[in-house]
Amino acid sequence: MMLFMLLFSRQGKLRLQKWYVAHPDKLKKKITRELVTTILARKPKMCSFLEWKECKIVYKRYASLYFCCAIEQNDNELLTLEIIHRYVELLDKYFGSVCELDIIFNFEKAYFILDELLIGGEMQETSKKNVLKAIASQDLLQEDEAVEGALTDIGLI
Amino acid sequence: MALKKVKGNFERIFDKNLTDLVRGIRNNKDNEAKYIAQCIEEIKLELRQDNMNVKCNAVAKLTYIQMIGYDISWAGFNIIEVMSSSRFTCKRIGYLAASQSFHADSELLMLMTNMIRKDLNSQNQYDAGVALSGLSCFISADLSRDLANDIMTLMSSTKPYLRMKAVLMMYKVFLRYPEALRPAFPKLKEKLENPDPGVQSAAVNVICELARKNPKNYLSLAPIFFKLMTTSSNNWMLIKIIKLFGALTPLEPRLGKKLIEPLTNLIHSTSAMSLLYECINTVIAVLISISSGMPNHSASIQLCVQKLRILIEDSDQNLKYLGLLAMSKILKTHPKSVQTHKDLILACLDDKDESIRLRSLDLLYGMVSKKNLMEIVKRLLGHMERAEGSNYRDELLFKVIEICSQSSYAHVTNFEWYLTVLTELIQLEAGTKHGCLIAAQLLDVAIRVPTVRQFAVTEMINLLDCFSISSQSNSMYEVLYAAAFIIGEFSGESEADGYRSIDILLRQMEVPGHIKSVFIQNAVKLFARLSTACLEKEDDRGLVRLCNNILPKLQDFASSEDIEVQERANSAAILVDLLQTQFNDTILNSNHTSNDILGDIEISDPLKENQQKSKFPQIAIEIIQEIALLFDGELLPVAPKAQRKVPIPEGLDLDEWINPPPEDEEKDSESSESDHDKEQLFVKENSHSNEFKRRKSEELPPEEIAKRKEARRLEQMHNPHYIKATENHNSTNKSEYTNVDNIPIAELALDIPIEIQTARRSDDYLLSQQSRSSKLETKPKHKKTKKSKKSKHRIEYHSSESEDEPKPIHIVNTTLDLPEGAEITDNDDSDGKFDPDDPHRALNIELEIPSTTDDKNLNGKVKNHVSKVIEENILSLNNEDSKKSSSKSKEKKKKSKDKHREKEHKSKKSKSEDKSRPTELDLLGISPPKSSKTDVEKDSSTKHKKSKKEKHHRKEKTKASEYEEALGISTPSKEML
Repeated sequence: MMLFMLLFSRQGKLRLQKWYVAHPDKLKKKITRELVTTILARKPKMCSFLEWKECKIVYKRYASLYFCCAIEQNDNELLTLEIIHRYVELLDKYFGSVCELDIIFNFEKAYFILDELLIGGEMQETSKKNVLKAIASQDLLQEDEAVEGALTDIGLI
Repeated sequence: MALKKVKGNFERIFDKNLTDLVRGIRNNKDNEAKYIAQCIEEIKLELRQDNMNVKCNAVAKLTYIQMIGYDISWAGFNIIEVMSSSRFTCKRIGYLAASQSFHADSELLMLMTNMIRKDLNSQNQYDAGVALSGLSCFISADLSRDLANDIMTLMSSTKPYLRMKAVLMMYKVFLRYPEALRPAFPKLKEKLENPDPGVQSAAVNVICELARKNPKNYLSLAPIFFKLMTTSSNNWMLIKIIKLFGALTPLEPRLGKKLIEPLTNLIHSTSAMSLLYECINTVIAVLISISSGMPNHSASIQLCVQKLRILIEDSDQNLKYLGLLAMSKILKTHPKSVQTHKDLILACLDDKDESIRLRSLDLLYGMVSKKNLMEIVKRLLGHMERAEGSNYRDELLFKVIEICSQSSYAHVTNFEWYLTVLTELIQLEAGTKHGCLIAAQLLDVAIRVPTVRQFAVTEMINLLDCFSISSQSNSMYEVLYAAAFIIGEFSGESEADGYRSIDILLRQMEVPGHIKSVFIQNAVKLFARLSTACLEKEDDRGLVRLCNNILPKLQDFASSEDIEVQERANSAAILVDLLQTQFNDTILNSNHTSNDILGDIEISDPLKENQQKSKFPQIAIEIIQEIALLFDGELLPVAPKAQRKVPIPEGLDLDEWINPPPEDEEKDSESSESDHDKEQLFVKENSHSNEFKRRKSEELPPEEIAKRKEARRLEQMHNPHYIKATENHNSTNKSEYTNVDNIPIAELALDIPIEIQTARRSDDYLLSQQSRSSKLETKPKHKKTKKSKKSKHRIEYHSSESEDEPKPIHIVNTTLDLPEGAEITDNDDSDGKFDPDDPHRALNIELEIPSTTDDKNLNGKVKNHVSKVIEENILSLNNEDSKKSSSKSKEKKKKSKDKHREKEHKSKKSKSEDKSRPTELDLLGISPPKSSKTDVEKDSSTKHKKSKKEKHHRKEKTKASEYEEALGISTPSKEML
């Protein structure tokens, strides 16, 4: 089971955090700070895995963004890399050659995509097509509502 | 009315939306906190408005603010309000905010139960989907209990999207509310054969997670999983199934035998590295569980090792790392097959990546043998000189010592070599924090290997002599403590050595006080030995010179700033002074100059003996003998757990208060009797007050105290580490001086180089070993061939390498000081593995037994909120039921399976030896994929079913082909962002 996923920039700015285990905010911040510094200190040639406390850390850098996951001792590291890659692919498809700014300004969309890919730290939908389909139809729902809402607001409906 | 609305809309134009907020934060990098405080004020205003869109926008902004690390817990109610909106947009944002900021212990959750239930049962599948995703992050025990039924209903929803989410969600529910597992399990099991691949893989995921923690309850599912494994092509699911089998095999070795073939097939065929890695891991787990009795078992190990070698040789650092990791698992059970790849692992030591280097170090630990130890350590020492980063060097140093000292130096054949390695480690100044460790090693070797002591002493004298003060910045000076002790304890064997050592020990060195005091202590020890030697040789001038030499130095130390050094120097000085004064007269009368005494040491003239004898005053002789007695007795190594095994002396109650704790109650009920009590402040509980009986302290009779003191003294005497703290621990009460003569005197082996050379001396040992072994190899060539012919029929595994292993030159003293009846291998009493908070413990439920009471509980009619009570009920039920219903369930199973299979079972059953196992039926249900197909085809009675099944299969196939699968890490990291 995945314990949490963090996205942060090369400057150490957090871009996304998803926790699948309950921790108090203070602890979350502490963990984040520690991990960000350790990972940023690692050289690019180093491998993507870390033994960290009770769990294993798997991270990967895509352009200026680091994707970092914590998994349990007996989880498969390569599978986690696969999940990270799958997530990046999804972001790429959704935003159309995604960049860091897309995630900053549409952070809620990034969360929605992640929620379709993983639930409770477990892989949910392995098909890219299905994830994108689910996201697209939910976006459609929102758009319909937006039109409807605008009309009611103005008083037309 | 319309005007008001238009006005509201007009105002909203000036509201910040999310993009504005993000942009604003980016533009105010210097005073972010201030800007955000301002934004939060605006958000608070927005939240007070009636318009749901405004609120929704505000909550979205809050979510962003929360992510960058600000507290938004005050907005809990507003988030719930947004979640409860009927519009999907608001729900989506609301649940996201909730999932990010709510905790399982938040009290707000109590308000949400009905709202979430409504969403779960919503007509719109995405409403329920969003609710499930959100719920997975903040579900509490109460919510799990109340919503378990709703989520279970969703498990059989018509929409695969919801089914999949609900199945995965159930795992979270189980963790919080274990009682839900039993009623939900049949549904979960059913989902394993669901036509939708997503749902199927979700169910596999959940059961895999459950089974990893409590594998024995899921053994019965093995046949289903086996079928899935051999038919599915979905790598994501395969990995989970294979992982699940990895958890099951330790419980059922026969399962492992079945698994080997399909797993090796997968290893051969797959191109996905993640799957390959998982297969190898499970094969290793299988091979560990079936220790023997497998014909092609070494073949599969070879396959694994080969594949791992490919991984390690790969340029991808990740694969290299994992390859080494898996290799270390094989190493534990099959060291020989890993040892053949020594070259590869040594090569990894030079990798750029530190974590890979550390992994290969771990491997080396298990790979050393008597034969290759010196070579490996040589590589490591060379590596240490080049290595950068003090942290890594420390780790390396630690590993070198760990590798050499493992299982009581089992692989060290030559301890002179090992001592040289240790001194080299000190001189490398590689580590900064392992001084104590090296010190402990030096002491351990010197104490446990008696034959190497003389060598150790000369090594240590050189070390002390040359120890540079510059290296004091780190903790390496701790080794001086060991060096001083070794010199003091073992160096009496040659006098010239002794004089030199005393000089070195009493030199003013800038070391911490606790080490200086050890120096003094050991100088006194040496003095005792040397003076005894003088006494034996009737060499009074030598003794006087010794006293004259040592006394001023000790007095120098008496002015040390360290209190311990002061005290020891003082008491030692007084002892020496006492001795010296006895000789004062004779020295004044003596005509000898002190210069020629050195030459006299070895010469003892029998003619002069009588004259000289008179020169020793009787009191001086006694003093010398007394001092010698202080340090008499041999030291034995103490077993690590010896202290624990010392029986508690009779009458000693460790829980007893030594002094009664001060009473909490101010009002003293016994104040009336105060006159009597005042006199015995500390022991008054003896007389009355029953409530304090447990804390009462008793005054011990003097004999008892003496007895305990004696016991403690004995214990300390055997512990070498006590020497530092207590001075006179070794003195015995014996009045005879028998032991004085036993102090051995040996000649100094002068062929050992005294100066420490710059080149690594430890290499010489390697060379000599190699030359020795090459000699050996040339001789018995044809003998060996004969032997190998003979041993051909033996299993290759046991091929004895011991023949070519170098014979140990030194022997480790393995007799450890232990109290009677105790063993070193005794286990620790408290393993501490028991974690009462682990939710998986509660999930350890035997699932094959149906239980009606639990269902009722779940239906909410009989809700028992004290989960502990329920747990106990289940446990007791299980125990009772398992006996009664085991026969029933067996019957049911038999009925459910078709007749043909039953026959097969019977025939197999008669063959198999142990009928008693309940899992037998299920396990034999697994048959290799080919035969199971033929089973289905042959069976005429299930024709109807078969056609259905085939359709079913086709459907699955078409779906699966649409389905994407993992192709492994082969996809390079595309620069997408």
